[in-house]
Amino acid sequence: MTHWLITPIVLPALLAPFIVLAARYHIGIQRSFSVAGVLALIAIALGLCIQASDGTILLYQLSDWAAPFGIVLVGDRLSTMMVLLTAVLALFVLLYAIGSGWDNRGRHFHALFQFQLMGIMGAFLTGDLFNLFVFFEVLLIASYGLMIHGGGTPRLRAGVQYVLFNLIGSTLFLFALASIYAETGTLNMADLANRVAMIGAADTVGIRVAAVLLLLVFAIKAAVVPLHFWLPSSYAEAPAPVAALFAIMTKVGAYAIIRVYTMIFPPDLSVTAGLHDVWLMPAALISVVVGMVGVLATKKLDRLVAFAVIGSMGMVMVSISLFTPEGIAAALYYTIHSTLAAAALFLIVDLVRTGRANLDLTSQPPVVGNALTAGMFFAGAIAMAGLPPLSGFLGKLLVLNASYESGLVIWIWAVVLGSSLIGIVGFVRAGSIVFWKAQGEAQTGAPSEFERPAALSYIAVGGLLSLLIALSVFAGQVHGYTTTMAAQLFAPQPYMSKVLDTEGKLSKPVADDHSSTQEEGH
Amino acid sequence: MEFLVASAIGILTAGGIYLTLRLRTFPVIMGISLLTYAVNVFIFASGRLTVGAPPILSDGVTTYTDPLPQALVLTAIVISFGMTAVVVMIGLGAFLGSDDDHVDDQPEASNSKAEGQS
Repeated sequence: MTHWLITPIVLPALLAPFIVLAARYHIGIQRSFSVAGVLALIAIALGLCIQASDGTILLYQLSDWAAPFGIVLVGDRLSTMMVLLTAVLALFVLLYAIGSGWDNRGRHFHALFQFQLMGIMGAFLTGDLFNLFVFFEVLLIASYGLMIHGGGTPRLRAGVQYVLFNLIGSTLFLFALASIYAETGTLNMADLANRVAMIGAADTVGIRVAAVLLLLVFAIKAAVVPLHFWLPSSYAEAPAPVAALFAIMTKVGAYAIIRVYTMIFPPDLSVTAGLHDVWLMPAALISVVVGMVGVLATKKLDRLVAFAVIGSMGMVMVSISLFTPEGIAAALYYTIHSTLAAAALFLIVDLVRTGRANLDLTSQPPVVGNALTAGMFFAGAIAMAGLPPLSGFLGKLLVLNASYESGLVIWIWAVVLGSSLIGIVGFVRAGSIVFWKAQGEAQTGAPSEFERPAALSYIAVGGLLSLLIALSVFAGQVHGYTTTMAAQLFAPQPYMSKVLDTEGKLSKPVADDHSSTQEEGH
Repeated sequence: MEFLVASAIGILTAGGIYLTLRLRTFPVIMGISLLTYAVNVFIFASGRLTVGAPPILSDGVTTYTDPLPQALVLTAIVISFGMTAVVVMIGLGAFLGSDDDHVDDQPEASNSKAEGQS
């Protein structure tokens, strides 16, 4: 058994206290350690991704305890891909934070950043529901610190809302976990999948409640309407690099829905029948509409991007709630696109903020560095709104194509296409007010009081945009890979047997002398 | 006993939900504390209620209580305690900064005033 699978969690977990304890007064050392850590994470994630790409299930048993008793980390194609996506996103966000000086406007940015990465990586890799809760809390508590980084009353006020909403979400999560444990006697995902399938048709009340509660929790994380109210003000008020990193946090919710509702409560299971098509799909469609109408209606540029995030999460959820292999494959492709595009847009908004008095959508003198910033906003908006030639267009095409067999095909096509139009109008309005109308404003003649953003900031945003271009150019290969991911998700048997049949210390899964322990344990 | 525990969880949850729907930070934090107490008891009860039974294997004992929920509830208590402390600190910061402890967004005018101050 190699220890590589746990390194994405252990590395930031060790780096963060080191940064706090050894380098707390020296921003240069903090920066270099943080960047080195993220580069190492990318290398490790790439290695794990290559290992898992042929369909191997990577398994790590903590302390060598076998599966239903010990906690396991599992890496399949989906989780290793999400780990890689997180690490790559973290690199560009970190470069931006360093370039723009955001990390120096408060204390402990880099330590909190590493803890945040640890939580996200753990949530992607764990094979145990309670462990998923713990990693959710790790990433949340780090995000509370990051969210109010730099201080200021509006940010603190938004932070209160964000923390309270997430605390309620965590409490719901615990209620769901306790109901699942009371019904099945286990919290290991693979073991749960076996046991839920064995529940008789007459005794499904408890597990139904648990399944719905769990879906609510993940929907809060994924900001699905009507549970999206925390998102706009928290993402808009958070420091830009933090908001960009938060682009992956909504995806954690989407990932958890995919994982739990393909393996534990698969779509053909009668216990949870109706949950996906009757409830999740309409909510996702309304999210798309609310997000895109918000893009058109908002008065500030940062809120516009926050609503675009809601809309694009809605697109991901529409595709997920089809619960077909094609749908999940399209959702995963769109997830990669949406993470990168949202992060890029948040960073571009910050470029605008450094060169402008405020972010109101009113006519004001041009932003410092107008041409380059405007060009980047143009590219980011094209990607987010789903216009050709960038990956947003291809992603939407895949989603529409996947929904062709669904009973709701007319609704899905109408909502997706109609709201895309609204979103395009919203982005066009914002872009023309901020960048074009500015040319007509009277120049004061005095040199601008605003500084030009650092070159490193532009490099970070440019890096994210070039990743989006790469995602469009290599769309065939990426979609091919997400298709194999979806196939692996819909055939969970190798995953389950790998987790449950691997021997650990003191326990042999098939040996008779330990079956009595197993019964008492549950 | 089952009735007592169940109704305790129910009353705590009801009170907690009522308080979390209030508009000011203090009642909301109290409500969330009540909710976390309720969920802690709920987790504890999810391993079935047994009186006077040991949680670990011993000689000559036939009934055991489930040890796992006790471990789970310990984790949940620690996490909810820490989270409550964090939200109290952030709420206090927001209150001292704006002299207003409403949880919801205030109308545009007071928002922009607050931004001007910061």
